[in-house]
Amino acid sequence: MQHGLIATTALVTGLLVAAPASAADLKIGLAAEPSALDPHYHNLIPNNSMFTHLFDSLVEQDANQHLIPGLASSWKAIDPLTWEFKLRKDAAFHDGTPFTAKDAVFSLCRVPKVPNSPSAFTIYMKAVAAVETPDDHTLILKTATPYPMLPTDMSTLGILPAKSGKVAGPIVFKKTGCEGIEAYPSTEDINAGKVPGTGPFVFKEFVKGDRIVFTRNPNFWGAKSAWDTVTFKPIPADGPRVAALLAGDVDFIENPPSQDLPKLRKDAKLRVVDGLSNRTIYVALDSADAPTPGIKLPKNPLHDARVRKALSLAIDRKAIRAKIMGGQSEPAGQIISTGLYGYNPALKPDSFDPKGAKKLLAEAGYPNGFEIVLGSPNDRYMNDEKIAQAIAQYWTRAGVKTRVDATTKSVFFSRRGKREFSAYLAGWGAGTGEASSPLKSLVACRKPEIGYGTTNYTNYCNPKLDATLTEALATIDDKKREGLLQQALAEAQSDTGIVPIHYEKTPWAMKKSLTYTPRVDQYTVAMEVKPAK
Amino acid sequence: MSATASPSPVAVETPLHRLARKFAANRVALGGLIVFAAIALVAIAAPLAAPQNPYDLASLDIMDGSLEPGTPNADGRPYLLGTDEQGRDMLSAILYGLRISIGVGVGSTVLALSIGLAMGLFAAYSGGWRDTLVMRLVDLQLGFPPILIALILLAILGRGVDKVIIALVAVQWAYYARTVRGSALVERRKEYIEAARCLALPYTRIVFGHLMPNCLPPLIVVATMQVAHAIALEATLSFLGVGVPVTEPSLGMLIANGFDFMMSGKYWVSFFPGITLLVTVVSINLVGDHLRDILNPRLQK
Amino acid sequence: MGYVLNRLIQGLTVIAAMAGLVFVGVYAIGNPVDMLISPEADQAEIDATIARLGLDKPLLEQFLNFVSGVLHGDFGTSFIYNEPAVRLILDRFPATLELAVSAVLIAILVGIPLGVIAGLIPDKPAGRSIMAVSILGFSLPTFWVGMMLIMIFSVWLGWLPSTGRGETVELFGIPVSFLTASGLKHLLLPAINLALFKTSLVIRLARAGTREVVGQDYIKFARAKGLPESRVILVHLLKNMMIPVVTVLGLEFGSVVAFAVVTETVFAWPGMGRLLISSIVQLDRPVIVAYLMLTVLLFVIVNFVVDLLYALLDPRVRRKGA
Repeated sequence: MQHGLIATTALVTGLLVAAPASAADLKIGLAAEPSALDPHYHNLIPNNSMFTHLFDSLVEQDANQHLIPGLASSWKAIDPLTWEFKLRKDAAFHDGTPFTAKDAVFSLCRVPKVPNSPSAFTIYMKAVAAVETPDDHTLILKTATPYPMLPTDMSTLGILPAKSGKVAGPIVFKKTGCEGIEAYPSTEDINAGKVPGTGPFVFKEFVKGDRIVFTRNPNFWGAKSAWDTVTFKPIPADGPRVAALLAGDVDFIENPPSQDLPKLRKDAKLRVVDGLSNRTIYVALDSADAPTPGIKLPKNPLHDARVRKALSLAIDRKAIRAKIMGGQSEPAGQIISTGLYGYNPALKPDSFDPKGAKKLLAEAGYPNGFEIVLGSPNDRYMNDEKIAQAIAQYWTRAGVKTRVDATTKSVFFSRRGKREFSAYLAGWGAGTGEASSPLKSLVACRKPEIGYGTTNYTNYCNPKLDATLTEALATIDDKKREGLLQQALAEAQSDTGIVPIHYEKTPWAMKKSLTYTPRVDQYTVAMEVKPAK
Repeated sequence: MSATASPSPVAVETPLHRLARKFAANRVALGGLIVFAAIALVAIAAPLAAPQNPYDLASLDIMDGSLEPGTPNADGRPYLLGTDEQGRDMLSAILYGLRISIGVGVGSTVLALSIGLAMGLFAAYSGGWRDTLVMRLVDLQLGFPPILIALILLAILGRGVDKVIIALVAVQWAYYARTVRGSALVERRKEYIEAARCLALPYTRIVFGHLMPNCLPPLIVVATMQVAHAIALEATLSFLGVGVPVTEPSLGMLIANGFDFMMSGKYWVSFFPGITLLVTVVSINLVGDHLRDILNPRLQK
Repeated sequence: MGYVLNRLIQGLTVIAAMAGLVFVGVYAIGNPVDMLISPEADQAEIDATIARLGLDKPLLEQFLNFVSGVLHGDFGTSFIYNEPAVRLILDRFPATLELAVSAVLIAILVGIPLGVIAGLIPDKPAGRSIMAVSILGFSLPTFWVGMMLIMIFSVWLGWLPSTGRGETVELFGIPVSFLTASGLKHLLLPAINLALFKTSLVIRLARAGTREVVGQDYIKFARAKGLPESRVILVHLLKNMMIPVVTVLGLEFGSVVAFAVVTETVFAWPGMGRLLISSIVQLDRPVIVAYLMLTVLLFVIVNFVVDLLYALLDPRVRRKGA
């Protein structure tokens, strides 16, 4: 009823009135509940998308993960080691305190100081060597080596008011711990709504396991929300979440399961929106020159690049898209989604070629194939274990007899960490929205001390790739860096160091009276939910 | 009530014979038994009866995925109950799933019964601190909700048919131990045991030759109901994500998979396994229910 | 006194043994750091997280820390929420309790009348139908029924909300939902779902009880005395039949609370069962351990009290136990 009214109002006024006069409430059904509202506590999609309602960052990412001004209205590299951020003068915290450079420094200081953080944001502060504030609305960040990713890193860190901590005198940034700050607000304080942000919504209520409620911030510096109140309800089970939308208990849900989409799309009362995400689903193959646990052979056949290529050719990505994903995917030929920064248009997905696969296997000395176990989680990615079963079908038909070992994600990730899989299916979301993220973590040689190959459990190591990537990560020039990243992506595919399957297309379902701008980062944010025209 | 009681049982009839005769008198229960026997037979014969081996990945084709019931396959034979998204023939999947479900149900019950029987007899016959120890263990076990124990055990052990059986045995054995001990205590005081003791028969012979057969009837009732219970519990555990592996689905797993398809209109993926599970469990319960009625002496007056 | 002491020692032994078992068991499940940490984290960050969570220490030391914490009333801090595990559980306890109590009430209110009818007319169609329904109730998996209830009453008919808890108000400082209209509406479907199994149980118990009681002399006598049938049923029959029903339900209450896991998952009910499931999925060890230890504690206390009561009522037990 209410939303019908909103839709009508919007229609009549042609969306000139951003906020309708009547109370506009929005209820959103979430697939995963955030563990906290603290922007520095837990680096995880549900948390990161939730805190953006309350807290802004210096730099923001738009729906396509391009950097746009946030609390910083502009930024530039003065020299390769110095970045200048000009801060917005019209932003204020929810309690009315104006935002200044002091708040930014205070927030950066807090990042490594969150007690018991299960997954800290410290990695995004690693490059920052020094911080200066020449005036209230200028922030200078210095790095030890040229670091082009600095603005991207800043887009992940929410800004808290300095007032929320105990500040004694001027704050001096020190890498080992800032001076002048006696206490920081606790995660609990933030969860209880005691710490105001500058964001488009104001905290109202957080009942763990049941609901999170925000109200509109009437004094927001940017585009004001169309909603007076937004309520988020965690409904982790897929069926009940869809049921809640159909029953009208919520207006909007994230991640409706792909098999329900055809029916939801046909429903005249509903709208389904989808968009390509930054998540690549891939198969990793152990390329070690040593026996591997999932294959009972004295020699590891996957060490041979021809075998890896054969396994990639054996997969019909289009059939998986049509039959398993219900169209919610795009076949992949590299590990960064189409159109994102660094994407290499020359790399096409391997087309389905069972004959070619058998030929390559024979050339490599396996005319009769071999037996292999394909590991997969069953509750992490869209249809993960179903995709694994389909891949097992294709491999088995190509002669490589495959058994799927699908387990719940906690077990899967632990076993992967212990390197129990010779082949496994997993996914990677490029949180930074560009190619260095998957390159660095998935295919760079494993050097965890410098953050390379942190998720490379396959012994894949291509020195040429590493050299190109390292050069890219030190190149400030955007055009040149993009070329280097494209080159590194091509390098990873040249010897099939990893087998990309597809990019997920993220769906959202909502009442017909609403629209949503799909986000590449898969975030569900109330700011992007708008009354339909 | 008492008017319907059958003519007095003949003295030479063994307890089991008597049971069988009384059981056959109730048509509903007999029907339940026949239905269950038929289901069990089909399940055992699944490799012969099923049109497809759903575990053989080479025989599946995802291009045949999510077909409606009755759609013909490449050979022109229809998929009677449709296919799931992997192109797995639902009829075959149900037959094989039945096999796993019944296997888990019966297997865990038989194992739990054996353990419970041994423990119960041991406790009743030896008495003293041994009895106390066993019974304290039983009390402790029964104090915890079965689903909680199974859930935690499986979280630790991981997925797998064998692991589900272990978890189900762990939650069931105590019922049998308690039941057996109860009836064994009663039997122990009877004359025939005294007589056997006086004859100085060996311990094992008294326990297994004399004590055990007379403790069996109440156990059969508990066991029947527990088979049904175990099958349903396995389905629930699979639904919660800690049951059998997804590649070798039991009925419960099939329903849980189909749960994803609930809103999609592809009803056949969970509807048919659901009906099969229901018929199986109901038929077992009908049998168990009637057995309980005949074995409750107080209703026999 | 010696008896009390004896039982106390027994109880403590059970708690100690279970603490060891639970701790070692839960710590055998996976590596929480693999689950928690951002996959982009470098080695320094991974090591820092491991140290922060105290996972770098040997198992025995972790266990001793846990034990000394428990002795001070601290069951550990959630890895995920950074809150005391016990508080997380207790925060969600009222929701689960409300659901479980509602389910038991439904089971009694529906089950007893049906069971008595089935017991009074066991061979008539009505009596047989009731028993058939109770067998169905026994046989249908709870999660499947839950989904069906949502489909029928929320999606098709639109009568009741599908998920969540609705509005709550404080009653003696505890948030409850049954006092608000929205809360009551939200409560109904999950409560029915959870009640289903126990209703079947109550029907059976009530039926068996009725059949037994009806055969007793005092009922025959009451009838012979010409008392109206309604009075016979209401006073004599119910009074005598309620004892086993209430006893069994009391014993089964724990299992209702545990089975709420399934209902809470289907209906997104914010109770502690769902917390347990998500803690298992996310390997939030302290919460799992605290949940299990609280269960053990509750069990031991209940048993201890029951034993004491029995001992007070029946002196023979006291002698035997000493």
